Amino acid sequence: MTTETITQAPAPVHSRGNRKQARRNTLIGWTFILPNFLGFLAFTLIPVVAAFALSFMEWTSFSAPKWVGLANFERMFASDSFWIALRNTLVYALGHVPLTMALALILAMLLNRKLKGIGFFRVAIFFPYITSLVAVAVVWNMLFSPDSGPINQLLGAIGIANPPGWTSSSDWAMPAVIITSVWRDMGYYMVLYLAGLQAIPTELYEAAEVDGASAWQRFWNVTIPSLRPTTFFVVVMLTVSSFKVFDLIVVMTNGGPGRSTTVLSQLIYQEGIGEGKFGYSSAISLVLFIIVLTVTVLQFKIQQRRER
Amino acid sequence: MTNMAEDLKATHLKDAAPFPSGAPTAEDRRRTDRKRSPREQKKRTANIVIYGVLVVLVAALMVPFIWMLSSSLKENNQVLTVPIQWIPSEFVWSNYTDIWTRIPMMGYLQNSLYLAVIITCLQVLTGSLAAYGFSKVRFPGRDVLFLAYIGTIAVPWQAYMVPQYIMMQQLGLTNSFNALILLQAFGAFGVFLMRQYYMTIPDELCEAARIDGLSEYGIWARVILPLSKPALASLALLTFVNTWNDYMGPFIYLTSNRLWTVQLGLRSFVGQFDAEYAMIMTGSVISVIPILIIFLIGQRYFIQGIATSGMKG
Repeated sequence: MTTETITQAPAPVHSRGNRKQARRNTLIGWTFILPNFLGFLAFTLIPVVAAFALSFMEWTSFSAPKWVGLANFERMFASDSFWIALRNTLVYALGHVPLTMALALILAMLLNRKLKGIGFFRVAIFFPYITSLVAVAVVWNMLFSPDSGPINQLLGAIGIANPPGWTSSSDWAMPAVIITSVWRDMGYYMVLYLAGLQAIPTELYEAAEVDGASAWQRFWNVTIPSLRPTTFFVVVMLTVSSFKVFDLIVVMTNGGPGRSTTVLSQLIYQEGIGEGKFGYSSAISLVLFIIVLTVTVLQFKIQQRRER
Repeated sequence: MTNMAEDLKATHLKDAAPFPSGAPTAEDRRRTDRKRSPREQKKRTANIVIYGVLVVLVAALMVPFIWMLSSSLKENNQVLTVPIQWIPSEFVWSNYTDIWTRIPMMGYLQNSLYLAVIITCLQVLTGSLAAYGFSKVRFPGRDVLFLAYIGTIAVPWQAYMVPQYIMMQQLGLTNSFNALILLQAFGAFGVFLMRQYYMTIPDELCEAARIDGLSEYGIWARVILPLSKPALASLALLTFVNTWNDYMGPFIYLTSNRLWTVQLGLRSFVGQFDAEYAMIMTGSVISVIPILIIFLIGQRYFIQGIATSGMKG
């Protein structure tokens, strides 16, 4: 049969038939890729490359593009709004990353057991992650309302006399956003941790128990080290998504009160699409991209060193 | 990025059921039939404590949803009361009939559905085709091309939204559904997700089909597609939900009210009538229900898709 001819007599590498086959394969490969690639090229790849180029150009909706070198960056580093947005983004990341990670791990440990109906609990905790952001923001804004919102009523009930003004106060708006985003995201990271926990061999725990390790020691010496690849991934994903935070802020506080919750993505939007400063906004984009890239590469390096 | 994705796959995809059922095994049942030893008794007590903790915890985490539902059935002045009223004193069902005339809710739902369906179909079709090209057909330049796909996944979307916007403006496509369809239907993410799955399908299967005389398109349609139903379902569900929930895309591109999606319509309603608490909550409930239904139907595919790719959108 044909199988035998193929396996027993492999065609010489440079034969004409082989080259013809290679050309045919290239053609076939491209026909598969092309429908997606055309869209991808036009609406993702070219804009990505353009974003780099644009950041060195002066281009607004009223003027033709002009090469200006680093002028956009000089302007950016001298601008108040840029530093405020960068600071706010960092504050958000510093709150969002550790809180989400810790809660996701705790939830995963609680839910990693065989119990009747455990699936329901897992699904319920995951659901906020795929609930529409507008609904989430609207509900939490009401829960946070300063005077008679449920959260401040609860705080009042446990004896806090001057509960914070949350989204109406420039000091408390960011914590309110962080709380909302932690609530929304932790179910997703819980799923990742749950998968990580289930991959730990039970023998490790049994061995530790035989050696007389306490529950705390088992957690510290078996669970945490075994979860390292998951934790690495979770930290990268969380950090990157924190620096990209955008829609939650737009819907919940729109950067306010004042500029207290304005973040980098929002600044890009305001300068680029709102005011038509295409070049300047691309310079901010480049900073955002470099931050995200640095975080990812840095964490990869740390992970590699640990594994060695 | 590739390595990271492969690692994740290795750690997470293997246990194919991230949400395994908690049903007792035969082993467990045999154990309960026997007389309970003190150790098992202790375990039972521990389980009851765990249940208690879980119920309280989940209830606390579900408060925003409970609040949303309860407020949607109240009068406006009953929503923010001291003390909190968890169950409305009088159920105002009329909120759910009035909202359709208050705002063009039906139009918003139709727009969201239209966008979500078109984008999902295009993404699944072009994504699975391209993934076949990237995983099962060998040709020069293939891997470099795939690297370009992966590379763009690492670039935050916010970093290139301005050039995208300029492009759409030049094409005269702003304020139309076409802008959103073109931007979202050919995502690298879908290709990546499907390719990850296709790599797990042994090449020998395709080889056998080739020998049987199937063309490459035939192999894709008759061998690979039927085998990749779970991955297709994951991609379809994730894309649908992402598109349905998307706020920034419609916010940037759709300016006229008749094109608005549910998310935009709801947000604008909140902006205009911020004291109509009850009606706002009614709108929120309506915007979440389709997602809830889809999630309950396709829960398993969802979570697998998310655990495989580790990414959303």
